[in-house]
Amino acid sequence: MSMGAEHQITAGFMPLFDSAVLVAAGELGFAAREGIDLTLHRETSWANIRDRIAIGHFHLAHMLGPMPLACNLGLTPLASETIVPFSLGLGGNCVTISNAVWDGMAAHGAKPDLDPARAGAALGALIRERAAAGHDPLRFAVVHPHSGHNYELRYWLAACGIDPTREIEIVIVPPPFMADALATGRIDGYCVGEPWNSAAVAAGTGHIVTVKAQIWRNSPEKVIGVRKAWAEQSPEALAALLRALHHSARWCQDPANHGELAAMMAQPGFLGLPPAVLMPILTGHLKLGGGAELDIDDFFLPFDKAANFPWKSHALWFYTQMVRWGHVAHTPENLAIARDCYRPDLYRSALKPLGVALPGANSKVEGALRVATAVGATGAGLMLGPDGFFDGQIFDPDEIDGYIAAQKSARAQA
Amino acid sequence: MVRSSLAVLVIDENRIRASIIEAGLREAGHERVTVIHDVTGIARQIAEIEPDVIVIDLENPNRDMLENMFQLSRAVKRPIAMFVDRSDQASIEAAVDAGVSAYVVDGLRQERVKPILDMAVSRFNAFSRMARELEEARSELESRKVIDRAKGILMKSRGLSEEAAYTLLRKTAMNQNRKISDIAQSLVTAAGLLGPVEDE
Repeated sequence: MSMGAEHQITAGFMPLFDSAVLVAAGELGFAAREGIDLTLHRETSWANIRDRIAIGHFHLAHMLGPMPLACNLGLTPLASETIVPFSLGLGGNCVTISNAVWDGMAAHGAKPDLDPARAGAALGALIRERAAAGHDPLRFAVVHPHSGHNYELRYWLAACGIDPTREIEIVIVPPPFMADALATGRIDGYCVGEPWNSAAVAAGTGHIVTVKAQIWRNSPEKVIGVRKAWAEQSPEALAALLRALHHSARWCQDPANHGELAAMMAQPGFLGLPPAVLMPILTGHLKLGGGAELDIDDFFLPFDKAANFPWKSHALWFYTQMVRWGHVAHTPENLAIARDCYRPDLYRSALKPLGVALPGANSKVEGALRVATAVGATGAGLMLGPDGFFDGQIFDPDEIDGYIAAQKSARAQA
Repeated sequence: MVRSSLAVLVIDENRIRASIIEAGLREAGHERVTVIHDVTGIARQIAEIEPDVIVIDLENPNRDMLENMFQLSRAVKRPIAMFVDRSDQASIEAAVDAGVSAYVVDGLRQERVKPILDMAVSRFNAFSRMARELEEARSELESRKVIDRAKGILMKSRGLSEEAAYTLLRKTAMNQNRKISDIAQSLVTAAGLLGPVEDE
């Protein structure tokens, strides 16, 4: 506790690896160097984080990317206006299934290569086989209805011809309980961040079948959600924090620091897990189950590829999926709320004094970059992408009506 | 005593705290109180109990799962929202501070639910106070034990009386600006490293 700090900031986080940039900002002095006394509180549910932001206990928090949208759209019991001036990284999730489901998928051509299309085709064949035999639908778990996990799982299944609302069941399970629920047969599969996928593989009770980084390459995951009223009252404190997070994210990305980062996150006050369990997310080298191992490009990026930039097109894609699965009605008012939630303007103005590379646009056409591409930006050397969806679809944030309509009609035909 | 036909479901992994709340609700005249410690199979139980009010501790990691279930229950016309009146900021803050949250079937009148929430908040606070006092008593006992052992080591190794041994510990603690129990613990640890202490 430094009494002389210019800004006092209180933040909440969930014990998940992708809180690392926020945790390191506090633990390693990046916040203190910006004149911030940063107090971190570990929470046990996303509902607690939302409640404590709403009543002002926290100024900001580690949040699921779609969560601030859900707050602002009035989808949650207690919520306050929340904005997103910073993203905590790209990727990091996997889809893990039970050994029994893997055996069934393998009989329909699945291979341990994480290819979403091949895995999805095999899963679809297994689901139809089970339905014909009169078995109960497979049950998958995600961490929260308004989460990247839920939306990418559903996107993957739907693109493979599986209706996630009718052909499987989706339930909510807290991340640390996923592997146990799989082992005891209460669920057949799940989509969650690391280390909870590798945990099931290590226990011999699950197989990783695909990863977020292959369903939608370099796609958004956790963000910093900020209580809007506080952001407006304390613009200097927020800007200072965004600079601290930027330096922290750069440190977290550097492979030279990965050992130290894993050791820090392993501590009882953060994740309370052995450091070795935390290395796969950093190296992108995953054990898939059954002895298979794979190196995954861009598995989790805390900094590179403009990972911290809060693209409005990311928020708008989440919005289209909320509409797609009936979480919210598509109206001009709701679209405007979704468009205003992520705030690249705040990110840009806070980081401008640092002279670092910044994207010039607030939105991009998602799925347009097939290879890593240098983009026109202030400063030098900003690489983006590739950002493709595995099914080759494109999301143009200027063509939202068309995107929503196309997904709706694809489902009607299924 | 107020007679109430409201069905109250208390979800709390802490059995002692749950029974304290249950007792409070029954004393206040609520007869339809159900307590659940383990959320496995809770969907079926909620369907059976049809609770009007659900009280849950904030430390419960299953809140997200439960909220999702409540949202889905809209399909069967049982919408449940947290608290009756979102504008009652003071009540909401008091509840979160106490570590409790509540979900109430939409449409219930504020005056019917408020006493239940107030009861839950005050019992949660009372439980925290009790737990804190218990913890303090336990650590007090632990300190006393370690100080006794440190005194014993000093009496034996330096031939001091019990009173002189205690005075030495206290002076050292004051000089180093540390607690006596910390000094005693260091001494016990050091003695353990330097050789087996007889008469353990």
